[in-house]
Amino acid sequence: MNLTLRIWRQRSSEQAGAMTTYEVRDISPDMSFLEMLDVLNEELILRGEDPVAFDHDCREGICGACGMVINGQAHGPERTTTCQLHMRHFQDGDTIDVEPWRAAAFPVVRDLVVDRSAFDRVIGAGGYITAPTGSAPEAHATPVPKEAADTAFEHAECIGCGACVAACPNGSAMLFTSAKVVHLNSLPQGAPERESRVLGMVAAMDEQGFGGCTNTGECATACPKGIPLPSIAAMNREYLRALRKGAPGRV
Amino acid sequence: MALATRTAHPSALRTLWGSTIGKKTVMAGTGVIMLLFLIAHMLGNLKIFFGPGDFNSYAAWLRTIGQPVLHHSWYLWLQRTALVACVVLHGVAAYQLSRRDRAARPQRYAHRQPARGSYATRTMRWGGVILGLFIVWHILDLTTGTLNPRGEAGHPYEDIVADFQVWYVDLIYIAAMLALGLHIRHGFWSAAQTLGANSRTRDRALKAAANVLAAVLTAGFVLVPVAVMTGLVN
Repeated sequence: MNLTLRIWRQRSSEQAGAMTTYEVRDISPDMSFLEMLDVLNEELILRGEDPVAFDHDCREGICGACGMVINGQAHGPERTTTCQLHMRHFQDGDTIDVEPWRAAAFPVVRDLVVDRSAFDRVIGAGGYITAPTGSAPEAHATPVPKEAADTAFEHAECIGCGACVAACPNGSAMLFTSAKVVHLNSLPQGAPERESRVLGMVAAMDEQGFGGCTNTGECATACPKGIPLPSIAAMNREYLRALRKGAPGRV
Repeated sequence: MALATRTAHPSALRTLWGSTIGKKTVMAGTGVIMLLFLIAHMLGNLKIFFGPGDFNSYAAWLRTIGQPVLHHSWYLWLQRTALVACVVLHGVAAYQLSRRDRAARPQRYAHRQPARGSYATRTMRWGGVILGLFIVWHILDLTTGTLNPRGEAGHPYEDIVADFQVWYVDLIYIAAMLALGLHIRHGFWSAAQTLGANSRTRDRALKAAANVLAAVLTAGFVLVPVAVMTGLVN
């Protein structure tokens, strides 16, 4: 396959960027999108040019490191991560636009790499349980109802890639935050911090400059892990419940 | 001496108005109140099909609600105050959230996303502005009678008939009711989502309810100008 790529090039967060056109030849349809970019980068290095910077790690679709907006869609046309997107989903001669996640909370570091530490700060505000660590507890020590376990597991699938923010017209992190809140709040282990978790994480989410939710559903359509849209309703329920009850210890 | 171990927390109301979810909750709550009013308003409007006597006495009865505890028209003024408060809160929250949403994506994508959300979803903001302007015009037209071609207090039936015999009034009114239908179609389901009433099992039912509400309200309101235009009501 021969392709024309229009890729966002930006040397640093301070400098302005622009879409730059490249041609790539003899791309196998079995390559992943990242492998195709590797081919381009090898060529650029041979020509003495700067390779295109992009995030990647496991290349198995489970780490959440990679992510770019391909032809206006987060992670491209298939519902998967960019590393698991294969070139067979494109046609020979296609022009493909590649851009970084666009959000005020995700500043561009270089080219297609954005700084997603805003997600870490949301997690830091309550996306954990306060429990002594050490050897793993006996599995039956805390009984978990099957339904709660299923819900928690479904939401624990979130890999924090940021596709939801990239796809949302408002750059909102509601789906990400709801995945974390629902995951921990549906388990008995998460119960002691149920109220402070959702209040803290939502406050942190707003503080990072993410937009609000307008229920367009773009996030859930883009999510490579299939976190469903009603999760946002579940988080709203938790949030309003916590506001009514007040965080534990409040007088 | 006791150690100060407690940190001061802002009140729940302040937290609510200060957060994006809270502002959406205010929008959802005020939206539901306005929707309930619209259902009553539409049912009242349909009394026009039973003649001027029935309709005008219904309008006069509205002023007697709450008597003898409340004075004449007091209930109506309480309701008007509450509804204006709803419109203002709904609009202010929408404006503030929209500004925030725009700031959250300072640089747009060069390759625009193909629009996947429904038309109703995409027109919420400007549709809301149109409805806000319509409410002002509608009050000046049929409540105060300022813009009404007849505008006689106590004779709403005759005012309405005179009103809808003007072609551009029909146009404005019907266009606004279509905008209302679209707004309710996304707004009702969205309010359920915001208030946490939605879940995977209820999602389809809520969307269907939103569609039915939107269709019934739009049809119910549009029926009146159509009846005047066709001469069914005169």
